[in-house]
Amino acid sequence: MKNWWKILAFILLLFTVIGGFLIEVPKQVILYETIRNLYFHVPMWFTMIFLFLISVIYSIKHLSSSNMHHDIVAKQMVNTGIIFGILGLITGSIWAKYTWGTYWTNDVKLNGSAITMLVYFAYLILRNSMDEEQKRARIAAVYNIFAFVMLVVFIGILPRMYDSLHPGNGGNPGFNSYDTDKNMLMVFYPAVLGWILLSLWIANINIRINKLKEK
Amino acid sequence: MEYRQRYALNGILLYVVSTIFVAYLIFNVLEDTKTWNALFWIILLFSATNATSKSFQHESDNRFLYIYTLASPQAIIIAKAIYNMLLIVLVGIVHYTFFSLLIGNPIDGTGLFISGLLLGSMGIATVLTFVAAIASKTNNNTTLMAVLSFPIMLPLLLTVIKVSTLASVGFGFEEGGIYLLVLGLINIVILTLSYILFPYLWRA
Repeated sequence: MKNWWKILAFILLLFTVIGGFLIEVPKQVILYETIRNLYFHVPMWFTMIFLFLISVIYSIKHLSSSNMHHDIVAKQMVNTGIIFGILGLITGSIWAKYTWGTYWTNDVKLNGSAITMLVYFAYLILRNSMDEEQKRARIAAVYNIFAFVMLVVFIGILPRMYDSLHPGNGGNPGFNSYDTDKNMLMVFYPAVLGWILLSLWIANINIRINKLKEK
Repeated sequence: MEYRQRYALNGILLYVVSTIFVAYLIFNVLEDTKTWNALFWIILLFSATNATSKSFQHESDNRFLYIYTLASPQAIIIAKAIYNMLLIVLVGIVHYTFFSLLIGNPIDGTGLFISGLLLGSMGIATVLTFVAAIASKTNNNTTLMAVLSFPIMLPLLLTVIKVSTLASVGFGFEEGGIYLLVLGLINIVILTLSYILFPYLWRA
């Protein structure tokens, strides 16, 4: 059973979709049924950060070993992470349309996510601007590490300095405090795990395709 | 080493002054502090990008090799960063002087603003130095410079704008001190990162 985790991902996501839409949720003013977005929107961002973290780890590995395999992993993790980032943006703005009445507002967390996407698009552009493989891998790895640390600074420090409309900030009810009841957590944790496993699966396929192309 | 390219320095200063003059002709005197801040930092940002983008370009291959035998990569990045810091701080001060002369100066907490300006320009200079080093390894580096550096400079810029907004409504060090601390920390983070990562770039 080498592929047990793929089956696990499938089962977990099946549970997320069925449970996410059917299991009872607490009724909140304004939020109502849109609270179910917690199972989809939030795990997207967790997954994206997780993938970018792996990417940075592989970039560091690449710098210390010059192994091209590590570079491919780092690149494909970013590619897959961007897909999940875009999905996170889409689910987020649909949710915002129904609760805040607009697709996008000038908010620290929203801007932070947009900037994250910009940084990683820049990473991909940087990669495309060089032909020589070894050099490209090395420079991209350096930029990846630098950018990731700056992002951690950005996401870690700045939102605490400003108020935010986003749940979990500035007096807004956060999902992880009093209104996440047992039913929701029962779906939420499997959902996070399921999405992460799915993303690893996608990344894994991407890496294999990339390696076949190189041959 | 960099001092040899003095004409570049004069060029940058002239660039700043003429940009401010254009802004002056368009806006005359700005009353609104928000617009003032935005305009001030945008002009400074672009001048800084222009000033530093050349910092790794002028080195021809032979001279690169020569320096490589003389000094360690760490010494080189630190030297470049310090030079660029001085340059941008100078540009920042000139910028502030002319900007206040022509467009007006709504800043009440001058001390806070100046310290924010100093720390901010130092941070901008270090990020740009490092990104210039990355961009110099690629083919089309002028566009890349902006694309690569603007998103990573944002934490710095937002903090600095926060400081100058505070200063413009007359707050002093008690209220703005925490942001200056954040600025200083970001500066240290950037410097350490470039110190650690630059040797890998150098070898590529």
